[in-house]
Amino acid sequence: MVVTESSPQAGSNQSFLEEVSARTAGVSRLEMCIQCGTCGGSCPSADAMDHTPRMLFAMIRAGMEEQALRSNTPWMCVSCYHCVVRCPQGVHIADVMYALKCMAEQSHSYRDKTPPHFAGVFVSQVERYGRSWEMGLTARHYMRHFVTRLPRMAPMGLKMFRRGRIALLPHRIKGTDQLHAILDTAKELERAR
Amino acid sequence: MSRYMYYPGCSTERSGRAYRESLSAVCDRLGVNLVEIEDWNCCGATEYVGVSLSPAYALIARNLALAEAARENGEPVVASCSACYLNLAKANQYMRESPQLNAHVNTALAAGGLHYDPGTVEVRHLLEVVMHDVGLDAVREHVVKPLQGLRVAPYLGCMLPRPDPDHRWKNHERPDDLDRLLASLGAEVVDYPLKTECCGGHMTQIAPKVGLELIKRLIDEAERQQADMMVTVCPMCQINIDAYQGELNARFHTKHRMPIVFFTQLMGVAFGFDAKAMGFGRELTDARAALRKVGTAPEPAPVPAGGHRPRPDKRALPMPRPLDDGNGSASGATSEVVR
Repeated sequence: MVVTESSPQAGSNQSFLEEVSARTAGVSRLEMCIQCGTCGGSCPSADAMDHTPRMLFAMIRAGMEEQALRSNTPWMCVSCYHCVVRCPQGVHIADVMYALKCMAEQSHSYRDKTPPHFAGVFVSQVERYGRSWEMGLTARHYMRHFVTRLPRMAPMGLKMFRRGRIALLPHRIKGTDQLHAILDTAKELERAR
Repeated sequence: MSRYMYYPGCSTERSGRAYRESLSAVCDRLGVNLVEIEDWNCCGATEYVGVSLSPAYALIARNLALAEAARENGEPVVASCSACYLNLAKANQYMRESPQLNAHVNTALAAGGLHYDPGTVEVRHLLEVVMHDVGLDAVREHVVKPLQGLRVAPYLGCMLPRPDPDHRWKNHERPDDLDRLLASLGAEVVDYPLKTECCGGHMTQIAPKVGLELIKRLIDEAERQQADMMVTVCPMCQINIDAYQGELNARFHTKHRMPIVFFTQLMGVAFGFDAKAMGFGRELTDARAALRKVGTAPEPAPVPAGGHRPRPDKRALPMPRPLDDGNGSASGATSEVVR
């Protein structure tokens, strides 16, 4: 994909940039990006990305909403924060990636279902029990997406179990009702955004 | 005895329980009183923040609100997992930065009868508490069995030194805190250049090709430095490097056997605790053989000359190479590593 002239001044383009910014935790500073490319150069998983972070930010500014939300870049971000500490403009790059994931998930724009499914199962377990449950998470995820990895994973799981590192049943916190009330309200507010 | 509110995190409870076992013993010995936050919940790891913003931070903030209510005298919250630490610290930072997020989170918390003002509870990581509140002198005083002869590669991973919302780290890319701690236990610490490079986090679950490649880089380098084991501060890094080594070896046709343990496990052994009680034996890539080197005379380990290893491209023409510096290791090591 070639991004030619980005035009941050155009009205409709501005709105997508603003939306991404508004949905980023804290202050994104996304509009401060000077397109220097330090982020992509610092990224350990840039090889696997459709667009480097710099390119993705140019696309956001150019209002290329659909392409930006379909890009695998946010999903390949490993949250190592190398780019964040090196960015001369202090852009909260990793948190912008999280915001893009949230938006792609909401509009079902992602192309590879594996990462959002993993996040979805993880989140649904945390919501239900108040804790994550590695055994249930990996079993369900591998059955769905990595059946071919199962023959290797099963003995590994058994070894983990023998060493007491796997819980067969989830741990449920006492305050699940309280947690559900909190999360339901938060979801309501997020929907009304 | 200094008192802290303790947030263990889900992995420390199970897959990383060697961490929990060892840090309890070590903190007791050091006079660090960790009081577990009653009925804490998962911090959402790196998953929930990528699904929905306000619920993710409400989830994190519930823990901080519970900790604040249970405090006696303004104690900070201490997390042992890097991802938990960062999530808790980020909630402080972002709720302060964004009034809207703060309002959303507190409206949600109110539905559960809780309230949290960002910044009221200080969030810290266990390593940082050991380094600053306890101090290396106190650590040295407790060492009864110096880890002499054990070569260790200190591996911090990403989320502790970066993005560092509370500005606690002088160096975000090559901090020497863990190096100094391990050296104070008597271990031989290798200068591990990838100490804050990423283990891939959840990539082993969603894009194994990317994840395993990142892990391979870390193990390759630790092996090249002839480390007996890697030492980490994070349960995610531990399980990635420890448990996926089998899959990694199968994929890359390698024979890596690099153990990785938590820093508190080695502190425990140096403090004279039984290795098994410190969780040794729970790792999939066995560290006990390496641990038997403790107390033996250090072997003169030849360190490969030079920090920089050229990476020849397979497609490149053979280039003239500089003459060896006499130990014959430079060219040998290169051809062995690159396949």
